[in-house]
Amino acid sequence: MDKLIIANKEFNSRLLIGTGKFSSSKVMAEAVEASGAQIVTVALRRVDITDKNDDMLAAIDRDKYLLLPNTSGARTADEAVRLSRLTRAATGINWVKLEVTPDPYYLLPDPVETLKAAEILVKEGFIVLPYINADPILSKRLQDVGTATVMPLGSPIGSNQGIKARAAIEIIIEQANVPVVVDAGLGLPSHAAEAMEMGADAVLINTAIATAAEPVKMAVGFKLAVEAGRIAYLSGAADQSKRASASSPLTGFLRNE
Amino acid sequence: MTTATQKIDIQKILADRGLDGCGREIWQKRLGEITPAEVEWALSRKPGYYVLDRLLTLVSPAAENYLEKMAQLTQQLTLQRFGKTVRLYAPLYLSNYCVNGCVYCGFNKNHQFPRTRLTIEQALAEADIIAKEGFRDLLLVSSEDRQFVSVDYLCKLASKLRTKFSSLSVEIYQMTTDEYAKLFAAGIEGVTLYQETYDRDLYDKYHPAGPKADYDYRLSGVDNFAQAEMREIGIGVLLGLSDWRLETLALAEHAHYLMKRYWQSRISFSFPRLRPAKDVDRRQFRLLSDKNLVQMILALRLCFADAGMTISTREPADLRDRLVKLGITRMSAGSKTNPGGYTGKTGSVEQFEIDDKRTPAQIASMLKASGLEPVWKDWDAGFLLPSGST
Repeated sequence: MDKLIIANKEFNSRLLIGTGKFSSSKVMAEAVEASGAQIVTVALRRVDITDKNDDMLAAIDRDKYLLLPNTSGARTADEAVRLSRLTRAATGINWVKLEVTPDPYYLLPDPVETLKAAEILVKEGFIVLPYINADPILSKRLQDVGTATVMPLGSPIGSNQGIKARAAIEIIIEQANVPVVVDAGLGLPSHAAEAMEMGADAVLINTAIATAAEPVKMAVGFKLAVEAGRIAYLSGAADQSKRASASSPLTGFLRNE
Repeated sequence: MTTATQKIDIQKILADRGLDGCGREIWQKRLGEITPAEVEWALSRKPGYYVLDRLLTLVSPAAENYLEKMAQLTQQLTLQRFGKTVRLYAPLYLSNYCVNGCVYCGFNKNHQFPRTRLTIEQALAEADIIAKEGFRDLLLVSSEDRQFVSVDYLCKLASKLRTKFSSLSVEIYQMTTDEYAKLFAAGIEGVTLYQETYDRDLYDKYHPAGPKADYDYRLSGVDNFAQAEMREIGIGVLLGLSDWRLETLALAEHAHYLMKRYWQSRISFSFPRLRPAKDVDRRQFRLLSDKNLVQMILALRLCFADAGMTISTREPADLRDRLVKLGITRMSAGSKTNPGGYTGKTGSVEQFEIDDKRTPAQIASMLKASGLEPVWKDWDAGFLLPSGST
């Protein structure tokens, strides 16, 4: 079976879902269900992680989904580390989607602080999934300190621009020893399929589903696209070429002697 | 940190552009000359980026015929950047003692009425009621009463409120960077400071007395709390004091300057229109119509995709219900603008009359009915705990 394995845990779905921007927790839960996702990320700033009756947390069935807290809003390594520790102390969850985004407008990740935080958290026993710019060297540095994945952005978060950092993501995938999850900027199922065709191990989608007129339907669209892209990757899709290629136009005259 | 030699301060920017009142006639002339074709061109550009000329076009009289188009672009952009959500907050008024003589304000020091100050215990009792209504985002408000609502008082209060509220911000008198840094360390992560008007002459006219009477001092205030690393930087003008179109241009220049210099903080705009207040004669002001207010909000959103935009209970319910689909991302609910108003123990004077008197639960229902999630919590005190405290 073709499973996604992160930190020795197996998942059938290669689609991760973010829970922000939905019109209600009910719609969010329905969209997650329809997407087939098994990993659901939640911004710690949005929920009261210690409160079982928190509207958003209550909508996520913890037996069915891996709840992946994220540190969205942290500006520094210190803040992200502190929030992760508080969360683990309160809930026992030791998985964390590490986001350190000092710029509040494009929410681009700070490579220096992210690496610093990842190093501390891994040493303390956290399973760390860092959100990063599509930077192959940073990816290697993070793998060296022991992160469970790398999560490069396709384009700025929430921008729906698709995979603008294609060349760098290709290198990250080629060199990776851990699963590569393309995290941000995927606005259409075709973008998700493209990431999977490139050999990404998974994708994470939030804005494109949450802000669609019909989020549940869009969640199904992404589910199918991720599956299709994965199948295409596994089937060894032929390389694209800008030119038509005749068979052996230059060397056809050569014969085996 | 920026060095002194690189410093281009906001006073200079506004003066160079003629947006501190000195270029009033030139700007008004330019506004009047904007053509429909120029508005159409501005609306054909990718929305969400600030250019002064583009904003000028969007706040022009000519753009009034394009409000529907602007509204649709605004709705799309806000949906993409903020999702189907609106943040809710409540103000907690601490004192209505004041040393300033602001002509438009109910708390003006010259007005004769029994003043009220809340002790920390009384403020906590008010906060309890607010928390029970579901709020996790609390705005502390006070007039300029340094003697009582001191930095020390605010720090003590904040440290006690932090267990109940995930986000604390203030709308209070202006402080120094060091004082703001103390508030930040105590858990206050946002400050809003209104310039009231960017027009120097009008500023002087409406602020005849008290520390707030100095225009340049006031204008330097936002830099002070931005330097103290506050996350949320709130700015705004009191709508009704001056020509709203020129005020919007100056406000945008201020925002643009702040965003470039303090790139780790988020800018938000508030849109207070002058309201009836005790002993204030409103006939001397230039009150804004709903249409003007909406044009201002739309024009700013189309230039600042990610800015927070706040509307308070000053505004009537039916207008607020529509504004949540037109770029507004944060609103107050169930507000009392008099110190002690939530516990109802003091019959104190309010800063202004509120208009939307619905309860927080009713506001939440209205949002849900509009397909929007009311967000009570969008921050966590855990971010700002002192190091090592975990």
